Amino acid sequence: MAKTKVIEIEPVSRVEGHGKVSIHLDDHNNVQEARLHIVEFRGFERFIIGRPFWEVPVIVQRLCGICPVSHQLAAAKAMDVIVGAKKLTPTADKIRRLMNYGQIMQSHVLHFFHLCSPDLLFGFDADPEIRNVFGIIKKMPDLAVQGIMMRKYGQEIIRATSGKKIHGTGSVPGGVNKNLSVQERDSFLKEIDQMKKWALGALALAKNYTLEHIDMVREFAAFNSSHLSLVREDGALDLYHGNLRAIDAGGNIIFDQVDYKKFNDYIMEEVRSWSYNKFPFIKSRGHIDGWYRVGPLSRMNTIGFIDTPEAQKALEEFKGLTKGKPNHMSLAYHWARMIEVLHCVEKIEELLTDPDLQGNDLLVKGDRAEEGIGVVEAPRGTLFHHYRVNKDDQVTYCNLIVSSTSNNEAMNRAITKVAHDHISGKPKITEAMLNHVEVAVRAYDPCLSCATHALGQMPLIIEMYDVNGSLLERKGKCL
Amino acid sequence: MTRFMEEAAIESMAEKVGDIMRNAFVFNIDGVGVKGKDGQTIMDAADQAGIYIPRLCDVEGLEPQGSCRVCTVKVNGRPAAACTQPAAEGIEVENETLEIFNWRRDLIRMLFHEGNHLCPICEASGRCELQAMAYRLGIFQPAKYPYLQPVRPIDASHPDIMLDTNRCIRCGRCIRASKDIDGKNVFGYVGRGMHKRVGVNGKNLAQTNVHLDDRAIALETCPVGCIIRKGLGFFTPIGQREFDRAPIGSTIEKAVLKRGKK
Repeated sequence: MAKTKVIEIEPVSRVEGHGKVSIHLDDHNNVQEARLHIVEFRGFERFIIGRPFWEVPVIVQRLCGICPVSHQLAAAKAMDVIVGAKKLTPTADKIRRLMNYGQIMQSHVLHFFHLCSPDLLFGFDADPEIRNVFGIIKKMPDLAVQGIMMRKYGQEIIRATSGKKIHGTGSVPGGVNKNLSVQERDSFLKEIDQMKKWALGALALAKNYTLEHIDMVREFAAFNSSHLSLVREDGALDLYHGNLRAIDAGGNIIFDQVDYKKFNDYIMEEVRSWSYNKFPFIKSRGHIDGWYRVGPLSRMNTIGFIDTPEAQKALEEFKGLTKGKPNHMSLAYHWARMIEVLHCVEKIEELLTDPDLQGNDLLVKGDRAEEGIGVVEAPRGTLFHHYRVNKDDQVTYCNLIVSSTSNNEAMNRAITKVAHDHISGKPKITEAMLNHVEVAVRAYDPCLSCATHALGQMPLIIEMYDVNGSLLERKGKCL
Repeated sequence: MTRFMEEAAIESMAEKVGDIMRNAFVFNIDGVGVKGKDGQTIMDAADQAGIYIPRLCDVEGLEPQGSCRVCTVKVNGRPAAACTQPAAEGIEVENETLEIFNWRRDLIRMLFHEGNHLCPICEASGRCELQAMAYRLGIFQPAKYPYLQPVRPIDASHPDIMLDTNRCIRCGRCIRASKDIDGKNVFGYVGRGMHKRVGVNGKNLAQTNVHLDDRAIALETCPVGCIIRKGLGFFTPIGQREFDRAPIGSTIEKAVLKRGKK
């Protein structure tokens, strides 16, 4: 009987959270199927039931140690609806935006400098002993320091606006609980020029890598797809608030300026037996063809322009690569991500000089509602929070579509393509080949249930089984 | 001498005379002489002397009941609750010994294990006396005993007040406040033994005559996040909450330091 092998990469390293990849091979090592499994079950949507609604932004942000602000903000926006806060005060709106820019900046920087730069700078098939953040610290200490200092800056913005660098309490239903003091503002302004310089440097690094390896980038985990994000009413990039826009692979509008409170009319979710992650899709296109991508690449594809000058210049260059058509290259996520870092730095500078941040009018309230939907652009893409609250103020329903859920189908396609291109038919499976698969996953910066994990405890274990489930080969390493 | 100064001097003299009249005496806490008066508990006298004895069920304005035992001290070698034990001339009180420190740590730990005290998502975080006491006693991750993880329904029926007994430590402060100050008896114990818990005098909170102005509902009455004022959670920013500013007990310690400087 022909033997079918399954290679498992578990957990996938240098991503947020735990997941595993399984690659099914026939007896000639031809790839039959590749899947990204989300192996953790979090249950937030269930255990939030019965809790008072004002706890929600604080509870659900615990989904994640990297992008808690996104969950806090999406939940707070939903709770704004519950307390009838139709329009926040300028101070509250701008404090939340500042928090979000700090969050996206630190998350993107963490991903680029700490998680993916070893692949880009040392090569996908470099010795894993040096292909990690410690290798970067050793070989390129200046770059490593930039990554750490930029992340720190973003984290400090979060601390100043939310009380803590991770899991603060700044956003409350109807507004925020603090403004930005003059001292805090001045300390951030002191470093803003340095941040801009480093952001431009990181952008150049990502852009140059893409252009220098353009033949590989055009092929590597590249495939056509639809893209979705929030856009501002005038089509500009807006990471905190806007309406939904979806485009198809050719750049044609599927829907535009849709009020995100009606997202259920446009997006559905499919459940598959082998993953705890759901598979969202655009309703009008059905569950087979309706899948879409979100995140930095998708945002660069959906938006018309960016309202900060340096980032707009960068966007024009980015769009020039595909002559204005949607960019479908998975590795172009890195370039797009660095454009957003620059945009965040520019926006932070703009906000820091706005006196509204020192205002004391922090909260508004209105007519109580029983259903609230909040959507923001998280670092990894569009994040949906949907709640219902009973008359006693307790949550009765919760549904979250996190960014990495939206990218689920895309990540599965990415690893399938890379497995076909780099593993299929090869007589021996090497670590470098498997790292290619991980590089494809990392491009999406997935937040596989978003937890904080101790460095050094994320082993990569690869096991091969025959069709009867007997272990054929096992390889292990610790990154 | 102004009239005001004259009055102050007379008042001070009257106080001294009162002390003598009420048989002021001296006793020792950890070898330090502390002045006491008839009718004072050890805790009253310690507070006055700027010595903090940890406590949870005792709070200013309510009759002490000595139930949480966190204020346990040794009086002439025998354990006693400082909040109910009368001070007396010449007694030797042990407060800050390793043995008592460990008793208190265990009592606090058991409270964490018995209920569902999820500090990271609790709106009382930063003003919670249980949390603050844990920090003061150096408990950062209670892991000594198995968590009982009870499932207790929340009473959210009242428009302004919510009762989450998952966080109740049975200090009885709400019960005493409601009975002795509000005169309402809204709260009371139900159940026995380890199933004893705080209940309300009615089908639910909405069926009682509890009101936001009641002393039982005041923020300083419930030491944890069991009695919640609806819709106000997390409005105080991190850094400005009561125990962000200073550890629990420091107001008692600082008050005397301040007096001493005068």
